[in-house]
Amino acid sequence: MSIQSCVTIINEWDIVAARQLGRNVAKELGFGTVDQARITTAISELARNIYLYAGKGQICIDKLNDAGKAGLRIHAADNGPGINDIRQVMEDGFSTSGGLGAGLPGVKRLMDDFHIESETGSGTQIKATKWLR
Amino acid sequence: MRIPILKLYDCLLVSIQWELDDQTALQFQEDLLHKIHETSANGVVIDLTSIDFIDSFIAKVLGDVISMSKLMGAKVVITGIQPAVAITLIELGIGLEDVLTALDLEKGLEKLQQELGD
Ligand SMILES: Nc1ncnc2c1ncn2[C@@H]1O[C@H](COP(=O)(O)OP(=O)(O)OP(=O)(O)O)[C@@H](O)[C@H]1O
Ligand SMILES: [Mg+2]
Repeated sequence: MSIQSCVTIINEWDIVAARQLGRNVAKELGFGTVDQARITTAISELARNIYLYAGKGQICIDKLNDAGKAGLRIHAADNGPGINDIRQVMEDGFSTSGGLGAGLPGVKRLMDDFHIESETGSGTQIKATKWLR
Repeated sequence: MRIPILKLYDCLLVSIQWELDDQTALQFQEDLLHKIHETSANGVVIDLTSIDFIDSFIAKVLGDVISMSKLMGAKVVITGIQPAVAITLIELGIGLEDVLTALDLEKGLEKLQQELGD
């Protein structure tokens, strides 16, 4: 079972809207302050990547309930240029924009499950889940 | 919205009271450097007590403004980092290793006085 709400990412303000949505859902689900910060940070990273590299995309927040296990899933999707070498972008410090290169490897550490799919020329899909303990 | 920067003796005091969007963060970077120049302040305390998350972009802006201030001759102390913020920053892989920090504003000002006294 899952309930979904989405924010379209086109400009910098949408990044703020996406993380506010995520924080609200995280609170609602009963996540503690540290997990709320992890989730908010992860959403901010993924939303900013969409804004910077794809120009446009979507962040959806799913409330999960799998066999009594509750969780929150971030689904970031864009139809941007895609990622050539996924292993490379998952390395700490790799950035094509003069950033810290902390975003994607960071999201993987902040969340419990992380899944990335990308094809050059057709876009990127990232799913990251945090389970309620 | 702009972040207010207060002058206290030869120091500048900044308390960030609301969630930073990208524009506000970049504007703050510029405003702080101008203020250092204008006032010849040699120390800055940036208090983050009200901030409940910091992502890689804001961490970079903060780290950069600290380096820029140093170039101009002003030392920066960061204060009031919440537990959740410290945890997520380390998990992001951002240690802010060379940054001077203190628990709260008061201790931050003390630290700055020590640093500037040397
Ligand atoms: N949605 C995306 N579409 C295309 N390329 C992407 C996307 N997300 C990330 N990338 C690529 O992966 C690289 C690494 O991303 P990551 O978020 O880890 O670091 P960064 O954005 O460069 O810096 P930081 O997030 O630390 O500010 C980016 O520099 C970019 O080249
Ligand atoms: Mg990024």
